[in-house]
Amino acid sequence: MRISRSPLAIAAFLFAVPGLLISSGADVQATLAYTTPVMLFVAAAVALFTRASRYSLTVLLVLVHVVAFCLIDLLGDMHSTGPEPGYWCMVVSSWLLAWFTVQTLASLRPTAPDLQRLINLALPFIFGAWLLILWEIIVRGFGVPTILLPPPSMIGPRIDGSVPTLWADFQQTYLKAAIAGYAIGCGSGFLAAIIVDRVPFLRKGLLPIGNLMAALPVVGIAPIMVMWFGSNWESKAAVVVIMTFFPMLVNTVAGLAASGAMERDLMQTYGSSYGQTLLKLRLPAAMPFIFNALKINSTLALIGAIVAEFFGSPIVGMGFRISAEVGRMNVDMVWAEIFVAALAGSLSYGLITLIERAVTFWHPSYRT
Amino acid sequence: MTPLALKTVIDVKDLSLVFQTNDGPVNALSNINLAVNSGEFVSFIGPSGCGKTTLLRVIADLEQPTSGAISVNSMTPSEARQKRAYGYVFQAAALYPWRTIGGNISLPLEVMGVPKAERTERIARNLELVNLSGFEKKFPWQLSGGMQQRASIARALSFDPDMLLMDEPFGALDEIVRDHLNEQLLKLWAKTQKTVIFVTHSIPEAVFLSTKIVVMSPRPGRIHEIIDCNLGTERTLDIRETPEFLEIAHRVREGLRHGHSYDGD
Repeated sequence: MRISRSPLAIAAFLFAVPGLLISSGADVQATLAYTTPVMLFVAAAVALFTRASRYSLTVLLVLVHVVAFCLIDLLGDMHSTGPEPGYWCMVVSSWLLAWFTVQTLASLRPTAPDLQRLINLALPFIFGAWLLILWEIIVRGFGVPTILLPPPSMIGPRIDGSVPTLWADFQQTYLKAAIAGYAIGCGSGFLAAIIVDRVPFLRKGLLPIGNLMAALPVVGIAPIMVMWFGSNWESKAAVVVIMTFFPMLVNTVAGLAASGAMERDLMQTYGSSYGQTLLKLRLPAAMPFIFNALKINSTLALIGAIVAEFFGSPIVGMGFRISAEVGRMNVDMVWAEIFVAALAGSLSYGLITLIERAVTFWHPSYRT
Repeated sequence: MTPLALKTVIDVKDLSLVFQTNDGPVNALSNINLAVNSGEFVSFIGPSGCGKTTLLRVIADLEQPTSGAISVNSMTPSEARQKRAYGYVFQAAALYPWRTIGGNISLPLEVMGVPKAERTERIARNLELVNLSGFEKKFPWQLSGGMQQRASIARALSFDPDMLLMDEPFGALDEIVRDHLNEQLLKLWAKTQKTVIFVTHSIPEAVFLSTKIVVMSPRPGRIHEIIDCNLGTERTLDIRETPEFLEIAHRVREGLRHGHSYDGD
């Protein structure tokens, strides 16, 4: 594949040239004011004039991130006027280069499986890094008030400096309320589904009531649960139970009906009992549905636990912290909590997905 | 031939089955009389809607007759099912995708409480019987359609039932695979001495395999004619060119034509 054909590389090169010629607005005393455009130009030239290979891509990957780092650093060496057009040309060019690199990396089909795995892991990281880089540059470059949106460079040290607080909040909200509520909610939803399936009249009676429970708004439920179970984590767990019960119930009921008529006839020809058919046929066939509910509920649990803390809690917890720090205009702390919640949420979702793959490996969407 | 060969294992008398549907009652089976002896290979043949699958399902206790009498191994079909009198092979292999081929063959044995050591031994024996040795650890979706259907036959045989009930088992397969499996099925039948009831809508398949062909006709589903088919136990695919084979095939075709008049429709 000829690398020079890519319009991304051409555009990146065209934006790198003015970086060399026009003022970036940076202080002339700063060495970076000269080295950054040169490095960017070299990177753009590599992208435009060399063939895509392991080496050129590695060079490109390193250079473009060094340039990004320098660009952020340059923001500290600006005249009072702030960044000028030359600077923004370089930002656009480096962003296009990063885009180009990621695209080329994604289109690589390396024969070594380890390399493919490394690339698969690296892609979302590079993507996330550029989200942060652009966030930082745009917020600081345009002088966005930090109360509206603090730059990552402000949130990072805040996270680093508040680890004990964040950990205590995480323990309170995630490890206690969310996980307990999730386990009880999913567990009882599952058992209720088995009972509903076994006793037909309950299907008509219990399912509509379950439906009603799912429609209850969390902002209405939470204060009531605080009155019932006190302001500590138990009331938040109760909110999570209510939120997660119904998705599990409906999905499991649907899953238990998912096995085919022929498969069930087969069990009947063996003179199989209800329990045997359940264990050997209907539950395995229901697993894709059950994991669906487990995934939906993993995000619901965290949201429920955080929101429920807005309605009364001890002076610890992620929801408590968010509502308290917003009131004190400490937006960076709010973002720190958001970061922790996002991290915890995606890690638990990822974990469930991994287990799902191991359990439902036979499903057509996972077969290898 | 053992004396057992003359024992009647399935006895159907004046059996009828009416399905209640939204469009009114449907006479799926009407006045069926049939006796099947032990060790026979009986084919049910007829056009769609003639009730051949329904009759097989009644024998298997998967459908309940509305009137008439039926006994399987001198018991009611329900008792026979509970005693695991038959292995049933469906139109599709219906192997559970979360189990390996070995695991699928083990399934009926687990349901019936066969100990682990014996299960292992029976899986190996029955896989060998259908020429699938070495595929024990594979998953069903990794096998071809013909191999899957062979595995499902091994599963039906694994608990050593007296009877094999087969509902168009090769209907979804191409003709080359089908010929091959027909040959293998005959060898299997000769080796295991089981009673086989086989539903098909292929005349050559029925004549090639059977000792007795039950020609059925639709609306209402009934037995039109029962044709004996004594081509001997040692059959190869070549017999399909012989005059005896063609004569029986002709009789079956005539029977189907008389039983299935389109004029009334």
